[in-house]
Amino acid sequence: MFGIDIYLLEALINGLLLGGVLALLALGLNLIFGVIDVVWICYVELIMLGMYGMYYMYVSFHMPFVFAAVICIAGVGGLGMLLHILVIAPLLGSAPINQLLATGGVLFFLQSFATVAFGIDFRNLGIRLPVLEVSGMFLSYARLLACGTALAGMVLVYLFLARTYTGTAIRAIAQDRQIMPLMGVDTRRIYLITSFVGGALAGLAACLLVLQYDIHPFIGLTFGPITFLICVLGGLGNMFGGFVAAFIFAEIISVSGLYLDLEWGYVFAFVFFIVVMFIRPRGLMARRS
Amino acid sequence: MRRVLPWVIGAALVAVPFVYHEPYPLHIMVIVLIWSTMYTSWSVMGRFGLVSLGHGGFMGIGAYVVALLWNYLQLTPWIGIPLAMLATAVIALLVAYPCFRFRIIGHYFALVTLALSAIVQQVIIATRDYSGGSLGYTPNRYHDGNSIYALQFTDKQTWYLIALGAWAVALLIRYRVDRSMLRYALEAIAEDEDAAAAAGVHVTAEKLKITLLSAAMTAFGGALYCQYQMFISPDTVTGFAVSLQMVFAAVVGGIYVLLGPTVGAIITIVLAEALRIFFGTAAVGWDNLIYGVLLVLFIIFLPQGLVGSLLPDRARSGKAEPPSTSPALQGPSAQSVAATDG
Repeated sequence: MFGIDIYLLEALINGLLLGGVLALLALGLNLIFGVIDVVWICYVELIMLGMYGMYYMYVSFHMPFVFAAVICIAGVGGLGMLLHILVIAPLLGSAPINQLLATGGVLFFLQSFATVAFGIDFRNLGIRLPVLEVSGMFLSYARLLACGTALAGMVLVYLFLARTYTGTAIRAIAQDRQIMPLMGVDTRRIYLITSFVGGALAGLAACLLVLQYDIHPFIGLTFGPITFLICVLGGLGNMFGGFVAAFIFAEIISVSGLYLDLEWGYVFAFVFFIVVMFIRPRGLMARRS
Repeated sequence: MRRVLPWVIGAALVAVPFVYHEPYPLHIMVIVLIWSTMYTSWSVMGRFGLVSLGHGGFMGIGAYVVALLWNYLQLTPWIGIPLAMLATAVIALLVAYPCFRFRIIGHYFALVTLALSAIVQQVIIATRDYSGGSLGYTPNRYHDGNSIYALQFTDKQTWYLIALGAWAVALLIRYRVDRSMLRYALEAIAEDEDAAAAAGVHVTAEKLKITLLSAAMTAFGGALYCQYQMFISPDTVTGFAVSLQMVFAAVVGGIYVLLGPTVGAIITIVLAEALRIFFGTAAVGWDNLIYGVLLVLFIIFLPQGLVGSLLPDRARSGKAEPPSTSPALQGPSAQSVAATDG
């Protein structure tokens, strides 16, 4: 028709929308890594808890969605701070791999906590958002909303980091962890704020994902690996790199899913990841060191 | 006494199935031994700071290659298992060589290998027409299910002896590695790659050796698991969760000690089974809940693992130096705390 297949175009646009959400997932993790130098392997489990929170607030307590979302964002932010105080702070000085493994222990804990507390049933909010039809293409309204909100959230975080005093201190710590305490910045406070922001981003992701996916204790295994790989692909700690990598991943998954099964999309994305790691071991947009 | 003790314990372990026939405890012992074999295989490389999250993938390749060769080509596991180990080693080589060549270490190595185990899992699910996909896969039964040719046995006693043998071989390999030049080279590399290279250590080659060894051993364990359980699925033999399970059981037991991973396997499996017996279905999830808490506490308070922390320095595997000099998994050192705690 226009020289491009309408299904391909649809897949490309859906990939863009998926990319927005993945970029949001990667942003929180990258922020934590960039500032505190720790990988939260259990990051996606925080999102899972946020999704359960949304479910209970919306379905059991009949709260309005937006109100529940605000509580969810603040609550998961609080969980992020708690995680930092209980697990990360005692391990700040030990080998990076220890920190990775400790947050992995938290992953097991949260997953089984959800199994014990909420059961293994699949749940959903029961909200059905309409599907938009744009010149023969079908686009999910939920995805559009998710992508839009994710982008807005990222802009907010950017403004926070670029325009506020605390944000400047956070960026400064990410650049040099040794000098900033000498300049009078309280690193402990900055770490706590960063953990809160990282957690709050997980909460925001939870509010958006809950519109599209069923909630179950093992949902972390669906999103976890892909989120880490996006962060590494973009260069751990590099927020812009993570943003670009999220869209590349989403397009690979979406377009391969059009021609083959969805699983092959993941396979291609992972193979692409490994190949890129060999060409650019520090990520697509490596930080200059 | 110290020389005789291992032989006495070994003889006692071999004697168990001849005097004891209860199927359920024997089943638990077989499972513990098979997983111990794999945890030990992981620790062979893991103790040098090479934290791989790809071992779930290696186990999956081992299990699926043997089962697929048997079902489609009627190839006996006696040939299938070496082929599976070879295939695993080739894949490990394809991923690990560039990793080591381009100095992908630490977090990055863990996450690249994580991608590998995710790929293996997704490929198995995607090829569901041949591999059964998420529903799992069963090797065909050979006649009455008792055959040396097909490596299929219905009685637990035989499996106990096979698993015991595999576990003993894994321990032996680890013991030999701990007393080889390879160990000194790898400890130097773990300490400082540049310095090791300057001292004449071929960094890439040494790391590759240990990785291929560890991967092939894990594939062997996976094949054994498949032959014993006669059922495999992408969730039980591959993927992120299995990889993490291997790392964590080994860490809980202690990776610097020969029997650490075995103790890790005993703790985790017995804990899960005990909860299941005493609390029934109400206990679903509790084992991992306790396990997760233990893991965090262990890494914060006992980074040497359970066995490692109980033993005096001298008795830990390897005589030359206390393991606290290995870079990974050690407690917070005074210097680095001072640097970051400002």
